[in-house]
Amino acid sequence: MIKIKDHNELFGQPDYQEQFERKKEFERPWPEEKVEEVAEWTKTEDYRKLNFARQNIKINPAKACQPLGAVFCASGFEGAMPFVQGAQGCVAYFRSHLSRHFKEPFAAISTSMTEDAAVFGGLNNMLEGLENTYALYKPKMISVSTTCMAEVIGDDLNAYIKTAREKGVIPQDLPVPFAHTPSFVGSHIVGYDNMLKGILKALSEDRKGEQNGKINIIPGFDAYTGDYREIKRLMALMGIEHTLLADVSETFDSPNTGEYKLYPGGTPLEEAMDAVNAAGTVSLQKYSTVKTMDYIQKEWGQKTFTLPLIGIRNTDRFFEELSRLTGRPVPAAIEAERGRAVDAMVDSHPYVHGRRFALVGDPDQLLGMISLIMEMGGEPVHIVCTNGDKHFEAEATELLASGPFGASGKVYINKDMWHMRSLLFTEPVDMLIGNSYAKFLTRDTGTPLIRIGFPLFDRHHLHRYPIIGYQGALNLVTMIVNTVLDEMDRKTVDTTSFDVIR
Amino acid sequence: MSTAIKDTQKMIEEVLDAYPEKSKKDRAKHLAANDPTGQCSTCQVKSNIKSRPGVMTVRGCAYAGAKGVVWGPVKDQITISHGPVGCGQYSWWSRRNYYNGRTGIDTFGTMHITTDFQEKNIVYGGDKGLEAAMHELKELFPLAKGIGILSECPVGLIGDDIEAVSKRVAKEFKFPIVPVRCEGFRGVSQSLGHHIANDTIKDYVLGKGELDTSTPYDVALIGDYNIGGDAWASRKILEEMGLRVISQYTGDATLNEIAIATKAKLNLIHCYRSMNYICRHMEEEYGIPWMEFNFFGPTKSFESIRKIAARFDEKIQEKAEAVIAKYRPVMERIVEEYRPKLEGKKVMLYVGGLRPRHTIGAYEDLGMEVVASGYEFGHGDDYKRTYPELKEGAVIMDDATLYELEEFTRRLRPDMVGSGIKEKYSYHKLGVPFRQMHSWDYSGPYHGFDGFPVFARDMDMTVNSPTWALIRRKR
Repeated sequence: MIKIKDHNELFGQPDYQEQFERKKEFERPWPEEKVEEVAEWTKTEDYRKLNFARQNIKINPAKACQPLGAVFCASGFEGAMPFVQGAQGCVAYFRSHLSRHFKEPFAAISTSMTEDAAVFGGLNNMLEGLENTYALYKPKMISVSTTCMAEVIGDDLNAYIKTAREKGVIPQDLPVPFAHTPSFVGSHIVGYDNMLKGILKALSEDRKGEQNGKINIIPGFDAYTGDYREIKRLMALMGIEHTLLADVSETFDSPNTGEYKLYPGGTPLEEAMDAVNAAGTVSLQKYSTVKTMDYIQKEWGQKTFTLPLIGIRNTDRFFEELSRLTGRPVPAAIEAERGRAVDAMVDSHPYVHGRRFALVGDPDQLLGMISLIMEMGGEPVHIVCTNGDKHFEAEATELLASGPFGASGKVYINKDMWHMRSLLFTEPVDMLIGNSYAKFLTRDTGTPLIRIGFPLFDRHHLHRYPIIGYQGALNLVTMIVNTVLDEMDRKTVDTTSFDVIR
Repeated sequence: MSTAIKDTQKMIEEVLDAYPEKSKKDRAKHLAANDPTGQCSTCQVKSNIKSRPGVMTVRGCAYAGAKGVVWGPVKDQITISHGPVGCGQYSWWSRRNYYNGRTGIDTFGTMHITTDFQEKNIVYGGDKGLEAAMHELKELFPLAKGIGILSECPVGLIGDDIEAVSKRVAKEFKFPIVPVRCEGFRGVSQSLGHHIANDTIKDYVLGKGELDTSTPYDVALIGDYNIGGDAWASRKILEEMGLRVISQYTGDATLNEIAIATKAKLNLIHCYRSMNYICRHMEEEYGIPWMEFNFFGPTKSFESIRKIAARFDEKIQEKAEAVIAKYRPVMERIVEEYRPKLEGKKVMLYVGGLRPRHTIGAYEDLGMEVVASGYEFGHGDDYKRTYPELKEGAVIMDDATLYELEEFTRRLRPDMVGSGIKEKYSYHKLGVPFRQMHSWDYSGPYHGFDGFPVFARDMDMTVNSPTWALIRRKR
């Protein structure tokens, strides 16, 4: 076997290092001292002040745009094709982005609008798009969302879809829900919310009938396929008949059978149509389901509950409420899972207690993680939420104030990972929690990263493990404590503290 | 007409049958059976035409071509994704244009910097915010050498005047500020974005750099984005030939390098599609000749080295022969190791830029045959360069859809497919060995003599992974 060197090794070799030196003649870089001086300055309080004063530019933000959330949600229904009215590059990006996180195929349609659509509107693109989609990919439902282009020029989805039916390019009875999802409003979590509301509205039309005794469960924008399987498992253990709304677990984690299925699963349409007759709806995330839950409460007249499911106390509350709502007791099996998760937290607490954490991510996930870290005696210190609003800020601040471990915590909404960089330099912490892009913060500041969130591009399969419920708490604790221990090993490798038992 | 061509044409017709009439007629023009001689009139594809709505094109947009491909890799300028947050988010460091530097201090490649448009920007315009944003960036990143403004869709639709803002601020900052009108709705694919980006290089940067001395051996390496270190591997060869590479376009490039390309004696272009525009301009305005070359695989690399050397004196030609003599045995060892494992394997390619034709030789060096190839955003001149490289009856696909790729795979039964991230996992599900040929599947380099061993190793692990045999198919 020949030893092959790829980029990981090649460019550290002397021949390439010399090449890089020679290249500087043409690059005209700044003198090294100058670069060093500026690098040091970016670590200071002064720089932090300047950094936090900026109002007009985001640097390494932790959020995606509405349309991404919309196509993600749309793909969680049986036979449903996400269909995006707008310029085609957007859909190429959504597909790439989701495939990079899940390592799964993701199909979505664009109406490929160009300059002429900008002038005349996108009706023709919509008509031909629907016709081609239906002929080639035979969907049972086409869920339409928009990009900023269609929104700026003011395409009227409702009217366009009506025209499509009148012209017979799609069958009269094909469900075509829609949502306006401008990328210059909110973020991916809002797009998820708008699309889900649009889908439920379209599917529930003329379906109001007798109550079916089921519970609707909405996971929210959750990029952990393991969570969807976990909630189904827990409902089965509880013996609760339920409908998981926007069930993307098969879409983004389908078995390899040598066959490519365009529509590998999703919430069955029949069930989704009957969701209007459920006894109540539970959302596991608040900030990604605001409009949907409001709609369900007002238009469907259902009892609605927002019950986050990350951490022990949140999970306790979830089962208490669900038990009260359905009259079913929490089975011993779940109680035993709780015991095991708590046992693990008790065992691992010495490595988390008093450790300071920085967190960046989506609002609901951050609330869950703050809660779990405080339950372990860890201290959430910097909480950066690019797509958090004032309500989130208040809720997270209140959560931090609810116990002694949150005392040094501060919440930063509408801030990004470049703000976080300043925070980590001026007020260092022990651990950082965030998505794959947070690894650049680890490179700059040396803070070890625990990869929790979206997107996770540079580690495989993490999304297959649940982070919700007691089992999820156990998984999170495992990830957190072992990252702490890895870091401890790294730091003590040349000392007597390099312990074998911990 | 040969039977190979007729058979392929029949297969294409079958695949097209599923389309509605209008789209069928249109798609028929983009699919053809290859005729290497160029004599068969029905064997040419139409290209660079709008994608049909709803067919699931693989293509991206002008922003992807301008920001993602051409401007994104320029390391010492700040590249602003001007508009809503998504475009910059989804293209954030996904092309792996490697560079040396201190990120966030004197280089900015792995950063996602955006004006993050909100509704108020749509209503009142984004120019004021952009100007303020540039001032904030200048304060936070004092070592930046310039700013690029890469427009997203709304900017062009609401009638902002980013050119005026750029001009004003550039005067103040005394460095280049480059407004790039690459709104995603312009044109039919990434391709127009390349062109627009080339034009802005010409208008705002070209010819404005510093180079102390010149030699007769100064060349510019054009159309190499240093994916996984490709340009560095190519540069190594050129330097060993005795040439002085004064500029890299645009992988690991600084603005100065971009600017001084006008001082080259010869422009060497790898990715013709994305950078022929600037080469033509430098030919017309500065009289700099340019030539295409191919550093994928030993056969094409040796050919190219000689072709390049022929443009210089004997000294270079001697060195070129010495380079070939040095690497030939190394390459032979690689072929000896990997060819037996890959001999006769069929490859289907669907990529962009230069790969659908440039990698054919490298596959052939390993004994593999490319049975189908196509471009996401190629033009007629790309296809003209491709026909002679492929066998008679090979499938040529332009702007292929998910549906077509799947159908051709069923019928051609390739042993591996090389395409992009959007295609990758549907092939994994099908149990068809697959390699990303945009990003080298996070490997690389693939260019040059340091790249070919990596290419060979990767194709072997793709085709011969034992995991494919674990898949249990339904009977």
